[in-house]
Amino acid sequence: MIVVPCPSCGPRNSSDLRNAGEVVPRPDPDTATLTEWRSYLYLRENPASWVTETWYCRNGCRRYFTIERNTATNEIRESDTT
Amino acid sequence: MSRHGYRYSAGSLIRHGLTRGEWPRMWSKPERRSTYDVVIVGGGLHGLATAYYLAKNHGMTNVAVVDKGYLGAGGSGRNTAIVRSNYLTPEGVAFYDRSLHLYNNMATDLNLNVMLSKRGHLTLAHTDSALRTMNWRAEVNKLLDIDSSVIGPKEVKRLTPSLDVSPDTRYPILGALYHPPGGIVRHDAVVWGYARAAAYLGVHLLQGTEVLDITCTGGDGPQGKGPGGRVTGIHTSRGDINSPVVVNCTAGWASLISNMAGIPLAITTHPLQAAVTEPCKVFLPTVVVSGSLHVYVSQTDRGELVFGASVDPVGTYRLNGTLEFTEELAGHVLELMPGISKMRLMRQWSGLCDMTPDYSPIMGFTPVEGYFVDVGWGTYGFKAGPVAGETMAETIANGCTAELIAPFSIDRFTDGDLVGEKGAAAVGH
Repeated sequence: MIVVPCPSCGPRNSSDLRNAGEVVPRPDPDTATLTEWRSYLYLRENPASWVTETWYCRNGCRRYFTIERNTATNEIRESDTT
Repeated sequence: MSRHGYRYSAGSLIRHGLTRGEWPRMWSKPERRSTYDVVIVGGGLHGLATAYYLAKNHGMTNVAVVDKGYLGAGGSGRNTAIVRSNYLTPEGVAFYDRSLHLYNNMATDLNLNVMLSKRGHLTLAHTDSALRTMNWRAEVNKLLDIDSSVIGPKEVKRLTPSLDVSPDTRYPILGALYHPPGGIVRHDAVVWGYARAAAYLGVHLLQGTEVLDITCTGGDGPQGKGPGGRVTGIHTSRGDINSPVVVNCTAGWASLISNMAGIPLAITTHPLQAAVTEPCKVFLPTVVVSGSLHVYVSQTDRGELVFGASVDPVGTYRLNGTLEFTEELAGHVLELMPGISKMRLMRQWSGLCDMTPDYSPIMGFTPVEGYFVDVGWGTYGFKAGPVAGETMAETIANGCTAELIAPFSIDRFTDGDLVGEKGAAAVGH
């Protein structure tokens, strides 16, 4: 079980939330090429270590927030970018 | 002696029984060379099959398969051993049918009993929309000459009496996609068979050798990596190996290896959990799959029921089992087969799945010369092992993409030409 700290609802079981995957910087819509958009859509670093990722508090406050999680151990720490 | 070194047969079994002599080892521990023509990263089914077909079909024997653990330690020994070819897209159907054909002849080809049991494969439909997809799949399958048809609940009950087909259940069985050539194989035997045959043909199997980096030159990225570059070798925990060709067959760990060559992949790694019950008398004659209930089940020759599910919703490299999985699995299986409520689960385990956005693999050339991928095998890698090996070997040896894998190129993500196989490749949707 992974316990995810929601900023509004407190610690919740991960099954109450939805993991929206690692944070990928969004390209600038004014200058982005098709290749950049598709890389943004599909390509992931998928590391076996710390990753900044987005969670959606599906069954609670319905807020999107980011945390850092170590994908090798599932250890979680607060993200600076929240 | 045969071309596999030592020939397994009834005669050799009797001879060993009488003399109590030692069986020869299936493969030897080779002395590592400093240079190979091809280095395959990942000693699972895909890596070993690629090595075998490189040696057998193309005469390339200066090949090494490196693995950080032991052969078949990853998904090859953790899957639920189901084989079938009743996919949804014509590209997928043609590809997986070739694999089924190779499985058919595998025991003879590798001189090892892989215990292929073509017992029939049922994909249950619990909703009208599921039934519509089954009909779609059946028509695509028939066009490509695959034995596949939609049957009603009565026929389902006749084929598999233990299923509850009454209309009173929460998810009544409205029908099923019936695929008679589908079945199960002993997955360890498949891995050992390929390893033994490849080793006899001269392939070096280097176990306990972890790849720490891929060395490249001329690329756009740091250290000559990335698009436009060329592979020169690998740096491992046991020293450097030079090779103009490096093949990534590392499934769940594919992103980690690919990032070493400066090629990010459209892959996220998720665990998939499976479980097995205590053995009991054989009562389940088919492989039963239910997409709506996220479960598939078959009975092994030992009598154990093997269950698999969909991938865990949170991507991770950690192989923990969860109580949520067991609870959900038990609930869903009992919905299908109330008669087994007294059976006990013996153990559960998980394996890593390299999931792509379109549920199709990523195979063939990459923007780095000499770096090949055979990844993105998600929840369907085992049944594709033989054909993936055959087509990857053809691609590497001939220097042009094999026809069967052309739709699965890495470029499809930048070109936007995805092969949507989710409707037939996974149970969790």
